[in-house]
Amino acid sequence: MRDASAKKRLSQKKKDGYIWFVIFTLPTVGGLLIFYIIPFFQTLLNSFKTIGDFGQANWSGLENYRRLFSDPIMGQTLVNTLIYAVVVVPVGICFSTLLAVLLNTKIKGRSVYRTLFFLPSVTMPAAIAMVWKWLYNSDYGLINYLLGLLGAKGPQWLADPHSALASVIIVAVWASIGNNMIILLAGLQGIPASYYEAAETDGANAVCKFFRITVPLLTPTLFFVLVTSLISAFQAFDLIFMMIPNSSAALTSAETVVYYFYQNAFITSDKGYASAIAIVLFAIIMVITAVQMKLQDKWVNYD
Amino acid sequence: MIEGGADMKQTGTAELRKGHKNRYKIAVHVVLIFGVLVTVVPFLWMILTSFKTLGESMMIPPAILPKSFQPVNYASALSMLPFGIFFYNTAVSTIVIVAGQIFLCSMAGYAFARIDFPCKNALFLIVLSVLMVPSQIFLLPQYLIIQKLGLLNTVSALWIPNIFSAFGTFLLRQFFATLPKDLEEAATLDGCGQGRIFWQIMLPLARPGIVSLAIFTGLFAWNNLMWPLIVNTSTSKMTLSVGLATLEGAHFTDYPVLMAGSVMAIWPMLVVFIIFQKQFVQGIALTGTKA
Repeated sequence: MRDASAKKRLSQKKKDGYIWFVIFTLPTVGGLLIFYIIPFFQTLLNSFKTIGDFGQANWSGLENYRRLFSDPIMGQTLVNTLIYAVVVVPVGICFSTLLAVLLNTKIKGRSVYRTLFFLPSVTMPAAIAMVWKWLYNSDYGLINYLLGLLGAKGPQWLADPHSALASVIIVAVWASIGNNMIILLAGLQGIPASYYEAAETDGANAVCKFFRITVPLLTPTLFFVLVTSLISAFQAFDLIFMMIPNSSAALTSAETVVYYFYQNAFITSDKGYASAIAIVLFAIIMVITAVQMKLQDKWVNYD
Repeated sequence: MIEGGADMKQTGTAELRKGHKNRYKIAVHVVLIFGVLVTVVPFLWMILTSFKTLGESMMIPPAILPKSFQPVNYASALSMLPFGIFFYNTAVSTIVIVAGQIFLCSMAGYAFARIDFPCKNALFLIVLSVLMVPSQIFLLPQYLIIQKLGLLNTVSALWIPNIFSAFGTFLLRQFFATLPKDLEEAATLDGCGQGRIFWQIMLPLARPGIVSLAIFTGLFAWNNLMWPLIVNTSTSKMTLSVGLATLEGAHFTDYPVLMAGSVMAIWPMLVVFIIFQKQFVQGIALTGTKA
């Protein structure tokens, strides 16, 4: 008898739990469904359609994808995005790691340095783009003036197709350092001091300590930073949109996949084609992330 | 350097080591100061240029300081575009997005971490899958929803899809999952219902996670460019980011005015950051360790 009533109480509690679960998760799950999950499938379907200016859609099978693979601009944007990611991510992570390691020592003014290095991370990319455009200005910009003092003639930076992408990459690295530095610094602070003390009694020098203790124990944090930085590098848009005008001859040499998506989706209103671009971007990011997940056993240390 | 000089009595090897240490410290400072210069000079140049006349900004060699610090360029940026309204639109949408995400994600995160439900894990995987998809995939359909609702060119358009967050749900779930189980049991024995357990016991304990989410989301919402760019094209409903892009389009060679606009767009977040530095640093670090 007592057993039965206890069971009943338990199942009543369980049922209450179900109701609470629904109340707590319904708004989020519903919102994600309406604004994210269903849109995902709509974009997937739209990528197989040709959509006209007024929204009239016709099934066209793989036509968008066929066009995509023979579209020289799409190829160029893929190459640009790849170069952007392959340079910005490792270079940015190297600088971030360097600063984080230096700030992890007992040095005067640590928190002041940390605050200053983080400033670009709280600054909107639109404003960052504006000031760098001004610094890059080939006639009156500060950078070419300083290069002139050193006796070098600065390039046309953003206006020249040969240097436009490199110019954007420099700014992207500059803007990315602070955020990753903070995350890596937290990772460094999680390494027990006793490891270093033990190494010191064994007579290890600073370089040895860095490569034998710091780097291996930092690999989980480095892995996180690498995965998230690559994902956001493949979605680069703001800086290029702000720094290189639509009419510039340098645009094709710097425009990224997301920029091309934006143009097709909202400027020329070729929505089916834009959907196909977004799906291809998704596929690329999935593959890269999956490869990294596979490779992590080879270099990431989880103990 | 000074420390090394003070310890004259030390033995030779100790002094040598100390000298090494000091030289190392100086080298570290040199690298860090160089880094600070590279980081800070663009900001200083932005502020200085914003006070220069057009003529002063185009001098060769460049004039470092403006002749006078009069806010002429600020006035002309304001006369061209309503930065006060941009500020209002950006602030309102950012606050609504942050508050909405804290409210919705903490409830959902708590439920996913703490309440039993059939197929809970499968449901959570669906939420997680949203995280893996680049946001551009959702943009066109989201735009069409906002259009159908007749909300293009409204402040509501700026926040509606962004108050729902798979990332926030995931982050806070991780937080709630680490809280000890006996808390709940004790509260249940005291006769607390799920609502009270959540509100009075769990929510305060998840504070660091909530602060972290607020900072991450606040930065994203304040600085976001593409979504406000596509939904709001009328000047009175633009955000600061889009306002800057518009100012650039209209006046792309008058850098002092553009710099004045940039300063007006970035100072609020910089001030918030300077005040809440500690929370920012811890919050960003937490997104790295928890997620």
